[in-house]
Formats: sequence, structure tokens, C-alpha cells
Amino acid sequence: MPVEFKLPDLGEGIHEGEIIEVLVRAGDRVEDGQTVLIVETDKATAEVPSPVTGTVKEVRVKSGQTVRVGEVLIVFLKEGESTEQTQAAAPKTPEEKRETRLPEGPVAAAPSTRRLARELGIDINQVKPSGPGGRVTPDDVRAFAEGDRGPEAEKAPIEAKIPAGPPLGKGKEKKPPEPPEAPALPQFDWAGPVERIPLRSVRRSTAKHVAVAWSQIPHVTHMDVADLTELEAFRHKHKQQVEAQGGALSLTVFAIKAAAAALKKFPRFNSSIDMESEEIIIKHYHNIGFAVDTERGLLVPVIRNVDCKSIFDLAVELKDLAEKTRQGQATKDDMSGGTFTITNVGPIGGTALCPIINYPEVAILGMAQARLQPMVVGDEKNYEIIPRLMLPLNITFDHRVLDGAEAARFLNAIIESLENPEDLLMMS
Amino acid sequence: MVMGEFTQETDLLVIGGGPGGYAAAFRAADLGMDVTMVEADPRPGGVCLFRGCIPSKTLLYVTELMHDARRAGDMGVTFAEPKLDLGRLREWKDKVIDRLAKGLVELTKRRGILYMQGQAALEDSSHARVQNTGSSHIRFKHAIIATGSSTRTLAGAEFKPGGRVMDSTGALELADIPKRLLVVGGGFVGLEIGSVYASLGSKVVLVENDGQLMRGIDPDLSKPLVAQLEALFESIRCNTNVTSIEEDESGVNVTFSGTIEEKNQRFDRVLAAVGRTPNSQGIGLENTKVTVNEHGFIKVDQQRRTTDERIFAAGDVTGGAMLAHKAMHEGKVAAEVISGMPSAFDFQAVPAVLYTDPQIAVCGLSEEAAKRQGRKVKVTRFPWSASGRAVSMGVAQGMTKMIIDPGSQRVLGLGIVGREAGEMISEGVLAIEMGALAEDIGMSIHPHPTLSESEEEAAEAFLGSSTHILPQKK
Repeated sequence: MPVEFKLPDLGEGIHEGEIIEVLVRAGDRVEDGQTVLIVETDKATAEVPSPVTGTVKEVRVKSGQTVRVGEVLIVFLKEGESTEQTQAAAPKTPEEKRETRLPEGPVAAAPSTRRLARELGIDINQVKPSGPGGRVTPDDVRAFAEGDRGPEAEKAPIEAKIPAGPPLGKGKEKKPPEPPEAPALPQFDWAGPVERIPLRSVRRSTAKHVAVAWSQIPHVTHMDVADLTELEAFRHKHKQQVEAQGGALSLTVFAIKAAAAALKKFPRFNSSIDMESEEIIIKHYHNIGFAVDTERGLLVPVIRNVDCKSIFDLAVELKDLAEKTRQGQATKDDMSGGTFTITNVGPIGGTALCPIINYPEVAILGMAQARLQPMVVGDEKNYEIIPRLMLPLNITFDHRVLDGAEAARFLNAIIESLENPEDLLMMS
Repeated sequence: MVMGEFTQETDLLVIGGGPGGYAAAFRAADLGMDVTMVEADPRPGGVCLFRGCIPSKTLLYVTELMHDARRAGDMGVTFAEPKLDLGRLREWKDKVIDRLAKGLVELTKRRGILYMQGQAALEDSSHARVQNTGSSHIRFKHAIIATGSSTRTLAGAEFKPGGRVMDSTGALELADIPKRLLVVGGGFVGLEIGSVYASLGSKVVLVENDGQLMRGIDPDLSKPLVAQLEALFESIRCNTNVTSIEEDESGVNVTFSGTIEEKNQRFDRVLAAVGRTPNSQGIGLENTKVTVNEHGFIKVDQQRRTTDERIFAAGDVTGGAMLAHKAMHEGKVAAEVISGMPSAFDFQAVPAVLYTDPQIAVCGLSEEAAKRQGRKVKVTRFPWSASGRAVSMGVAQGMTKMIIDPGSQRVLGLGIVGREAGEMISEGVLAIEMGALAEDIGMSIHPHPTLSESEEEAAEAFLGSSTHILPQKK
């Protein structure tokens, strides 16, 4: 009997993955447990092992292809079975075979699935079941509904998905509203040759996520500068000590600590907005995400309970988590549950930035490049110009929840912390 | 329309305040509709609450207690012989009803539903008149008819208040404990009320014109109950008809035809339990486009819509199994469809419970029905003699059976005979609704020792290895 190997359920909310690499071809011998495919879901990569020892009869996927849970990826023949034998024994295709096993009478589907079919205007008896014993699953119904809409619809993105992360709030079955449809693209190739690169994996998640954030959140950015001269001296003084403990005393560490203190002082920056119930949801936990530039794209791992961690703890955790993320080993858990985000583009450059808020958070702290600047000290009559290390900072906030004055105060609090590193050290 | 009369407007008029009616009214109100509910009784609840399910189950529970007290002697605890205080028993039953009715009144009020006591009659597809001491005129956007059903009368006898020939309503009033009671009809009502009276001291004779009791129940499920009832009743006779009934001052003379030996007998009371007829007369259906079938049941589609597009119907008046829980779901579907939701009554399994001792509960496909349809099924049984819980409760004569599709292994039906069968049947309903496989039940851990384990073990028996019974030879 050939073994149909399907994309297994990958856990909470993940319905599909992209085939990154196919490591076997039809006719190859495989051992039970041998890696045959590499699949990437929204934010994690998984090596998929062979379920049997035997040979590969058929590979039904190729790299770059997006596959849904339950889709057949590879058909294996168990050891001791040849293709000819199998065909003789089972002339029907696996599809037909399953159908002959379907019981007569009403189709098996949960009441909620039946309701879904009615809502989508579908006769559930027409839907091809994928569940055990011929059970129609909600995904089968949705797939049927989408397939029904004709060829253009098939190519269009199916749904705007919030990338990997916590479950949606209580009682909300609603998807986040989709951004308004973009007008059709013009022909590009009349003016010269073009290349089409599929939007996949992290790029695709990012595209959908920022489009939702940008279309939903009225963004406002407030900017200021912080004098880092003393902090820099402090950082150099303690750098080795931290390194000895396995951490890295980067500027981001101080920014996280300063942000944690400011979030506690201004809790509305640590919230989400529920427009449907008209409520602001203040979170009594402080998990700060920080943007990491990786080969696969932008990822935002989260450090939990930053307010309870010391500078030294944070220096170690930040370094570990950043490395893990760059190596593609950060899990979905590592990247969910954030309440506020920091993005530091400074090491690359920039005098200012207007980042997009990490929906459904309500604010993001941006850091540009710290540079030595001539600063005027004293008054108009009696002054001197001295070089100081100045960091351009911004806070971008959701104007539905917060106003400019609060943002200015919030950023002042961060600047004050950064300019007084000893105080930062005293915090837990 | 009377000149100068004020017409009340309502989104939804619900005619009938039984389970089908009040469930529809409540759902509609929750969906934001302005609802008026008309019911002959002063409070909602219908036959189920005042004259059916609730009083009969209250009494059956009491008789079960008596039975348990007696059999406790075998387990080493001896109670005095139960003493019946009929007055207090009635009081208890009425207290139960009153408490539940108060709850429904409160739920009706808090949902802002206008409750009108009276008889509603439709004038056309959007108007109705409610007659009580006065008369009110109502204009509605939609109506749901949930007028229920009444006991079918015996030929040659009628139910008079206080008469000796009773329907279930009269019997549940518990006027006295007749020395000798004839129960006509071996369906659920006859068996339940017959059990109550027999346990309370009546000598009960039950006759059924069919060849078997409990039509629709597989014989292997009914057998343990029939054995109990044969001991409890004076006699049970199938293939027997009542040919005449004569009620006098002190009793009822009945003549029979069929297999019963003694063709002329005298009883103190007679209970007629020979089925129910729909209450579709006298509600003005003839003024609308609503149509009924040859038995008087209102014709509806899956959305519970009658042939009149503004009028829906739910419950007994539409036929099928006359069960409160089915009526409630039908009522809810009607309310949802009226509010624009894409609902339908497409349930795969409607459970039925017989509250005798032992109980029988069934849902989905029965073995007999499968046979009738010529459908191949696999039947698996778990005898309660292998259940630790059943043995320790002294109820080891029970049995759990599962009807399974041999190809897909889907659970198609469940039948249970034994203590608490009614409490356990919902697992089968859920399994059937979800399209569960026998394996899904077999691989769900059931607590040990419980009676519900019998469902897991029945599924395991199908899979080839049940822990507490030996595998069947193939």
C-alpha cells in the first residue's frame, strides 16, 4: 500500500507552509526519520522526516510551492512493495479509493461546519471531505468556496492573517479588516524587462502585517534627541564585565530598560485598542519586542517581563535571542506576546525614522544613529561649543489611543533615563 | 377588525408557550426582535413543564428512590418500607413546576417579551386575534406557530376533568392511587406513567395493539426493561385492542379483543396513551397560506418555514418525534431564519430517553432501522455486567450498543439501556454530529469507574479489544 504523506497540523493557527527544499526524488530510497523536505511556515522552519522506510513513489510538491495542512506532499512505498505490485493490487487512485469508503447518508460534518457552509452558500454534500471517515472540515468548506469563485479569485491572496502569535481575543472570530483593495497593476514590461519574485514566507507575513497596521492605525511620530555622552562612557566601563557574563552591553539594552520604566509610568503606551467594544486594553505585563534584521527578513523577537529584569540580565537575553533569531531558530513563542517594540536602525545609519507600529500594539520607539554633534553650552553671551554624542529618537504612536503631549512626555522620560545611566542601573 | 380598535404591532408573534415557543421567543428576543408570545396558560412552559416531562420525571425519580431504598437491603442497609404521602408528593411535584415556571416568567420578562395569556387565531398572513377575557388585535411581521399536540382520545371514551379515563395530564395530577389501572398504549408515555402508578401501589395492566412495546427501539435494548416491567406490572399484553369502554360511578368496564385472556375486565382508572394529535385546529390556519398534511401536521421546510412565507412552525404541531428538545431547536432555527441567519434544522441525531427503571436512551440510527434500509452496519455491544460501576451500583443488567459504519468506522447510532442512560446519550449525539469515528470515542479517556465507560468500551469492542470484555471471535 502506498503511504500518502500529508502536511501535518503545525499547531496553533498555522494552515500552510512553503516548501523550501525537496531532498528526495521519485525512486529514492528513504529511511524512517530521514529528512525529506524542508518546510517554512510564517516564522519557523521545520525539517520534515520520512514516516516510513522504503522508496519514494511520487513527489507531489516542488520548492517554492505553498502547501496547506492535509495536502499530500509525497507518496511513499513501504519496504518490500514495488510500484507494479501496488498498482496491480490497487488499480484505483487513492482519491477514488477513499470515496468508495465514504458512508452513505448525510455527509459527516460538525454542526459548526454545516453552519459555515450555509453561511458561504454552499451545499455541504458537494464538498470533498479530507477528514477521517469522510468528515468535511471547515477548511474543506472554505477551500470549496474559494475554488468556486473562478480563476481570478484563485490567484488573489486568500485572507489577511495576523502573523504567528497569540490567539485572537475572546469572542472575536473576526479576522482583522483587510486593507482596501489596491487598483490593478499596469503592464511593466513594455518599458523594459522585469522579473517576478514570489512574495513568500517572512516577506509575505511582513507585507500583510504592515499593510494591516498602516491601514488601521493613524500613525503620528514625535522626535527628539538624547545626549548619550555619559551613557557611552558608562557602557564602555561595564562592557567587559557584561561580556564576561556572556552578554553584550549594546545601546538597545539601555533603550529597553528605559522604555520599560517609561511604559510603567505611562501605561497607555502598553495597550491595544478594541474599536468594536470601544475599549482600551491596558496590559499589566511588559514584553518588549526588538526588530532584528535577518537574512530571511525582519523579525521581532520578544523579551518578556522586561520591568523585572536588570541591565545585566537583559544584556545576556538580548544577545542570545538576537543570535537565535538570526540563525532562524527563534520559535513562534519567542516572537509573540509583545506589548511594545523598539527598532534601532542606528548601527546602519539615519538621522530620523518613522517606523510602522507593530499591530496591535500602539507605539514603537525608533532609534537612529548616535553621532558626535557640536552642542552649545551656556547662554548667548557666555557659551562654549563642545562635542556631545547625540542620539535621534522617535516615538510613533497610535493617535486613537494617545496624543502628542503624552508622546512628548513619554519620550522625555526615556531621554532622561538614557542621560542618567546610573538611575537605569538602580532599576531592579 | 373591530372599529376603532387598537392594533398592536410586533416583529414576531409566537403562538404557543411550550418549549418550542419559548425557545423561539427567547432566541428572537436575543437577536433583537420585538416579540409577543401568546399562550393559553398563565405562565410559559407548556405541556412539558405543567403536564408532561417535568411532572412525570419528578414522579419517576421518586419511584426510583423508593426502589433504591428497597434494594439497599441486598447491600446491607435496610430502610423501613417506603410510606407514601400522596398529598406531600403532589406538593413536591407542584413546587418543582412552580419553581421552574417562575424562572421562565422571569426570563420572558427580562428579555422584554410581551406575554399574552389567551387563544390566538390567525386572521391572515400578518394579523392575529387573541381572545381572553377581552380580545386583542395583533399585526406581525412574522409568526411562529408552536401550538403543540394533545393526547389522542380512545374511541368511545373522552377525557373529562376528574373522570376515570385519563390522558397523561389527568394521570399526572395524581388524584389517587387506583387499585387497578389499565394503561392503553405501550409507548414512552404509557410505560413511564404505568411505572409510576405501579411503583406507587397500583396493579397495572398494560395493553398494546402492536406486536411489541416501544416501537422503534431495538429489542435487545427493550428486553431488560420489559423483564423489569413484567415483574412490576400485573400483566402486559401485546396484540390487544380495546373494543369498548364504559365508565360508571366506581370504575371502568373494558372489553378487549386480541391475545389477552380475560376479554372483560373492570378497572378503577384507565390511562389512554395511544399517541398525540397536532393542535392545528382552531388557530385560523385556513385564513393563511399554511398547509397541513393528512394527519393535520403543519408542513415546513428545513428552515421551519410553512407554505406561508411569513409564518414558521416548530415542535409537535409539525410532526416527527414529539420531543421538547427537538421542538426547542426547531424554534431556535425558525427565530434565526426570521432574523436573516442562514440556519437550518439539519441535525443528524435527535436523542430520545425513556425514564423508566432501567432507562432507555437512543440517538441516531438503530439496528432495526439499518436493517429496514438495507444498510450494512457493524453493531457492537458492551454488557454492563463487565462494568465495575454498574456492578457496584447493582445495575449490571444494562447494556450499551453502538451502530457503526463498517467502511468509514463512523458512529451512526448509540443505544443504552440502564441507569442514567439519559445522562449518557449526549456523548453519542456529539459523536454523530461531529462525524466521529468509533476510534475517537475509544481513544477518549473516560473516567473509571463510571457508567459512561461503557461507551468507550463499546467502541473498543468494535476496534477489536475492549479492556473488560474478551475479544469476539471473528
